Amino acid sequence: MPEAMNPAMPTPVPALETRGLTRLVGGKALVSDISVSIAPGEVMAVVGASGAGKSTFLRLLNRLDEPTAGMVLLNGQDYRAIPPPRLRQRVCMMMQTPFLFPGTVAENIRFGPAQRREILSEDKIAALLGRVGLPGYAGRDTGTLSGGEAQRIALARTLANAPEVLLLDEPTSALDEVSARGVEDLLHGIMRERAMTCVLVTHNAAQTRRFADRVMRLSGGRLEAVGPVAEVLGDA
Amino acid sequence: MPDLLAYFDTAVWLGLLQAGGAIILCGAVVLLYRYHHVHVAREAVVSLLRGLVQMVFVGFVLALLLHGNLLIGALILLAMAGAAAATAAKRSKGLGGSFALSFVSIAAGGGLVIATMIALGALKTDIQMLVPVGSMIIANAMNACAQAAERFRADVVAHAGPIEAGLALGAEPSVAVAPYVRSAVYACLLPRLDMMKSLGLVWIPGVMAGMMLNGANPLTAGLYQFVIVAMIMSSSGITGLVAVLLLRSRAFSPAAQLLLRPGRA
Repeated sequence: MPEAMNPAMPTPVPALETRGLTRLVGGKALVSDISVSIAPGEVMAVVGASGAGKSTFLRLLNRLDEPTAGMVLLNGQDYRAIPPPRLRQRVCMMMQTPFLFPGTVAENIRFGPAQRREILSEDKIAALLGRVGLPGYAGRDTGTLSGGEAQRIALARTLANAPEVLLLDEPTSALDEVSARGVEDLLHGIMRERAMTCVLVTHNAAQTRRFADRVMRLSGGRLEAVGPVAEVLGDA
Repeated sequence: MPDLLAYFDTAVWLGLLQAGGAIILCGAVVLLYRYHHVHVAREAVVSLLRGLVQMVFVGFVLALLLHGNLLIGALILLAMAGAAAATAAKRSKGLGGSFALSFVSIAAGGGLVIATMIALGALKTDIQMLVPVGSMIIANAMNACAQAAERFRADVVAHAGPIEAGLALGAEPSVAVAPYVRSAVYACLLPRLDMMKSLGLVWIPGVMAGMMLNGANPLTAGLYQFVIVAMIMSSSGITGLVAVLLLRSRAFSPAAQLLLRPGRA
């Protein structure tokens, strides 16, 4: 985390950096002039009221939407130089709704690697399913899964791409309390064990405190504050 | 003008009387609908007037060009394809260039099949044969284009979430929308497959009926009708596929971002 680093050490290249990132739609700024750096392995939470631009900001980070102005750097490289499908395998997004594809769980997990012609072995699928707490689910039809199970499979499908940066768009907000807590614990464990760079959109202050190293607060598409959790959210 | 008036023989006056009878029947249906609070009177009147005027106009044009050459026939079909494209384009609105998309699709499907029929000798280049048969093919291509475009557009907008989930996992746009390309192409071909299946059992189409009324061997008429319906199926299939593939390319930005999303389409 940047705050904890020794000032004498050379500053590492940010895993993800935005410079003046802006998106206008119909003359309205959904995201306006946001500049922020996220260090490798850092978990950055994005908070703000509904319509503050949190999800739009996240969609700009893997280029699901196009910035109107500004730029995004991935490991110091302008992400426009990376073909969008390759960029999205490196900067993977897990959405609020799992959107599993019709078919089996294994087919869903194989989907990402198959896009770069990589066939995921059954052992790797089993390992991923074990990690998300659903061993033996490979042959299950996705239509038979509960909301919590579907979100865990969506996470396994995302992790199958071995992303450098994980984008999480309110990953537990569509789940009931018990399922949400299970998925949250799972995410927390995986993010820490893999030291993944992560950007988490959430409206849940408790979740932010548990997950995040730093937090950025948006308001009306603008960056209102960025810093350590306790500084931005105040002590609980 | 005297030449044109010469076409108003007894059969034409009888035809106009029959048209009047058909209009009265349609009027009765409109009244029946009105009784059930379905108000289609204005649309029905406009459609009937347009249909009558257009058919009388086409009759005059064909009467004037009866002995025209292949070039004139091709120009008439081209104009028909333009009118068909204008109608079908209304189904793929929301994206720029929908007229051009429809025209290219209809011209590809209709043009290829008409050229093949001429090359095989199944269609003569005389205007009185080329234009009516060609128009049947173009009309069906128009319907296929509209059906495929509408189905694809609706499916993509309704499934924007799963499509973006695919994109977010690194899929190319063509992979992310593949299920919706398949369903749209199948949806536009399905009515033509049913048409082919019911041929002769449920309906005896106009070409066969017309040939038999003119004294043709029923077997020859039946086989020719099969050829026409098979060509309609081919042209519809080609048109639907071309329309969906063109629409697919416009549904995404150069950076593989989905443009056809709820609220935008």
